[in-house]
Formats: sequence, structure tokens, C-alpha cells
Amino acid sequence: MAAPAKGTSRTAQNDVSSIKKKGPGALATAYLVIYNVVMTAGWLVIAVGLVRAYLSKGSYHGLYYSIERPLKFFQTGALLEILHCAVGIVPSSVVLTGFQVMSRVFLTWAVTHSVREVQSEDSVLLFVVAWTVTEIIRYSFYTFSLLNHLPYLIKWARYTLFIVLYPMGVTGELLTIYAALPYVQKTGLYSVTLPNKYNFSFDYYTFLILVMVSYIPLFPQLYFHMMRQRKKVLASVEEHQKSN
Amino acid sequence: MSRVTFFEVEILDPKTKGQLCFLDKVEPHATIGEIKCLFHKAYPQWYPSRQALKLDPKGKALKDDEILQNLPVGTTATLYFKDLGPQVGWTMVFLSEYAGPLFIYLLFYFRLPYIYRHKHAFTSSPYPAVTLACVCHSIHYIKRLVETIFVHRFSHGTMPLRNIVRNCLYYWGFAAWLAYYINHPLYTPPYYGNKQVNYALAMFVICQAGNFSINLTLNNLRSDGSKARKIPYPTKNPFTWLFFFVSCPNYTYEAGAWFSFTIMTQCVPVGLFTLISFIQMTIWAKGKHYTYIREFKEYPDLRMPIIPFLL
Repeated sequence: MAAPAKGTSRTAQNDVSSIKKKGPGALATAYLVIYNVVMTAGWLVIAVGLVRAYLSKGSYHGLYYSIERPLKFFQTGALLEILHCAVGIVPSSVVLTGFQVMSRVFLTWAVTHSVREVQSEDSVLLFVVAWTVTEIIRYSFYTFSLLNHLPYLIKWARYTLFIVLYPMGVTGELLTIYAALPYVQKTGLYSVTLPNKYNFSFDYYTFLILVMVSYIPLFPQLYFHMMRQRKKVLASVEEHQKSN
Repeated sequence: MSRVTFFEVEILDPKTKGQLCFLDKVEPHATIGEIKCLFHKAYPQWYPSRQALKLDPKGKALKDDEILQNLPVGTTATLYFKDLGPQVGWTMVFLSEYAGPLFIYLLFYFRLPYIYRHKHAFTSSPYPAVTLACVCHSIHYIKRLVETIFVHRFSHGTMPLRNIVRNCLYYWGFAAWLAYYINHPLYTPPYYGNKQVNYALAMFVICQAGNFSINLTLNNLRSDGSKARKIPYPTKNPFTWLFFFVSCPNYTYEAGAWFSFTIMTQCVPVGLFTLISFIQMTIWAKGKHYTYIREFKEYPDLRMPIIPFLL
């Protein structure tokens, strides 16, 4: 699923209740700052890579190949965030974070990497751009928050740009999965048939269709949750400004 | 002559702070449960088990047996009401959770039409392991239904309606999934044949008997109708001797039963169900274990939550 809602809903909880929570210790904070700076830099590398490839190729087709490696590296690196929640240095739900990160990792490896034929699709560019912009903003948001120096622009960007980026990412993801379907069916990718001694079968083609269907209930819920968070966060900023 | 001071109770909506109900001439020793009944008379759609009454809009719900005059309120008590949503009784929940898998498995065992290929409708499997699995699965759920009706005592009366939907989806869904494979025309019987099936069957029966013994023992702890928690101890029944080593041997035996069933059928979906059940039961067992430790200073040191010495 596209990042804006996921990342934002995660620390949106932090924003509203950060005064009450204790927060990580000094060592953990230092580590998290380094982590978030590295991730911001990583996604900037991907952004720059996309722009350079576009300029040198003259078209926006097939740009995936120019950023394939850093995309895989930094998106997979986000798995650490599940660990951060489990250990407790980030006050988010392990389950929610796990779900969000795993769905990104799923799209990166189990769809885009595994089904070569979709790598040249334009839909891939759609979600890669959405993810890149979102992640740059999200990780810089975390960095500044940890340093207690959050510029309003970053906060505004995080809670506003998702309005466009989230549907854009979701569209890219769905189109990519859809494009992968015929190849999965033809090759029987990741599928297991009966009979076998474990008495188990798995049809990856059906599984992908179910994944696509799951977007229908999940996307509106996450999107409107983001909208509500936006109202809360930006309204409290207004009040703060008024009282000044 | 002493005069009884009556209390007044006002019940407010926590969001609007508007008054939903005003009760006067309430006995000082009235319980929250009785106040809920009075509130129900004013609002028939909110039956008592659906009401949560609190002293503070963001606080915890008051228990039904709390007495009005023992609460930190003046003679005019202000309570906040929260609608817990439609409720369903625990007995009802358990009955539907367990009756479902019992019948669903049989649909697959008898290979009703449209499940497998048309030519297999109403046929039966040549393997004894498959029939045995059906018997075991059915006995397991029949035992659970019997326990729900005759043995278990529930400390809470109800749970929210959406829980029954979620729980039934889980139980019924998994039952259908594992029944599909075990009764499939292309089912492969266990690798080590009858030896594997028979050993697993023996372990399954032992675990079922064990689980039943523990449920009976736990039931007897509250045979006098009290709601107080007591430490369960081993009895003359050898199956209860697991209490020397674990706090929740009922979960231990349950996990053992499903593990045996996995070996007996050699089926991955059964293994997955066993794994997920084990994780959930471990979480419950740990909760119970630490509650016991907190409540009883003399709680036996040797006991672990669910697996002797390990977990």
C-alpha cells in the first residue's frame, strides 16, 4: 500500500500525544536520528537517480532499472522500523508498522522483482515516485522531530501531500499487480499444487487477486484516517499560532 | 431513629455533557447493576450489558457489583454513559464458534457437491487416516460444546457483537481450509504410515482427556458460586499433575492435541492452525500466570505459564 497514509498515521499518534510519552533515551535517539538521516539520504538518491535517468533518456519509460538497487536496499531497510517498535524506542504499534512495511516489501520483491515483465510498465514509475516523495518527507519529518526542531513546512507537507500521493501510489501498485497477473498464471510462479506430501496448495495468481481486492476496504479507511489526523494536527498548529 | 439519605444519580453523555437521565430517591446501597436496570427503563434500547457507567468521561467502567455509597461521590452522583454496542453472551459465542467447525468439516468429509470435482461428489477416501481425522476433529468440537454448556463458568456475561463475527470467521474459515485438504481426493497419507497415525492418535486422546480433566478441576474451584480467584492445585487425577509445572495446563493439553492432529494428518494448514493457536494461547497463559503471581504471594515458584520449564 502507498506510504503517505502508513507513515503518517504512524507518527500522527506521536504528534498529538508526544507531550505525555516518555520517548527514547539519549542513545536510542542518536541511533534513530542516524537511521532517519540515512533513509532520507537514500530516498534522495533514488529521487536524483530518477531525474538523471529521465534527463538522459529523454522519456519516462523504463526508469525503474536505473534505481532498482537503491530502491530495493532502502525499502527493505525499512524492516528495521518493525524492530524499533518491538524494542520500544518508537511508540507505534508493531502490528500496524509490520503490516505497512511488509506490504511495501511485498510489492518491491514479490511483484516487481519477481515478475520481470512488469518492470518496464509505467505503473511502476507511478508508485516509485509516490513512495520517493513520501519517504523523503516522512524521514526528514522524523529527523527534525527527534531534534525538536520541526519546520512547519515539513509538517504541512507530510499532512497535505498525501492527498495526492496516496491515491497515486495505490493506483501504481494496483496497476502493477494487475499487469503481473497473466505472467504469474502462465508460469505458475510461487504456486504449489496437489498432490504433495504436505497436503498443501497455494495459487499465487488467486492470492494476488485477493490482495488487489483487499485494497477496497483498506484504502478508504487509511485515507480518511489521514484526513482526520490532518485536521487535528494542523488545527493545533493554528491554535498555537493564535495564542502567540 | 436514623433517616436513610437517598442519593440522586444523574447520567450524562461524556461528549456533550448533556443529561441523559436523572434518578432520584436511589438507595445508598444500590449497586451499579441496579442503576443500569433503572437506566434501561428510560432507554429500552440500551439493555444493561450494553451500558458502561463511569465516574470520569475518560475513566474505566464501573463494575456491576459496586455499591453507590462506596463510590467517591456526594449525595448527587454524576455518572457518564458509554454505549458498548450490541452485546452477545459468551455461551452464545462459544456455541457458534464450535458448532460451525463441527458441521463444516463434515461437509468436506462427505464431499458434498461443488467442493471438489463433480466426479468425486459423495465419494469417500480409501485411507483410514482420513476417517480417523474426521472422528477426532468431531469429538474435539463435541467435547468443547459439552464443556461450554455444562462445565465452564464465565466471569464476564457478554462480549461485543463484532467479536462473534471475527471469532467465527477465524474458526469456521480455518476448519474449512484444513478440512478441504484432508478430505481432498488427492490427499497424501502420512509418510510413516499407520505407525505415525497411531502414535499421534494416542497422544491426541491423552491430550483431550487431559484438557477435559483440567476444565473440570477449574470448574470445581468455583463450585460454591464465588467469583474470587483461587490457585488451582493438582488433584488425585494424574492428568492434573501438570499443575506442578504450568499455570495453564488446559492450554498445554490443547496445544498438544492440535500438534498430534498435525502429525496424524501431515497437513500444513493444520500445522499453521496449530501454530497460531499456540501463539494465542501462550499470550493468554502468560497473562493468567502473571495475574496469579500478582495476586498470590504463595504462588508456586516452579510453575511456568504454558510449557514446563520453558515458556
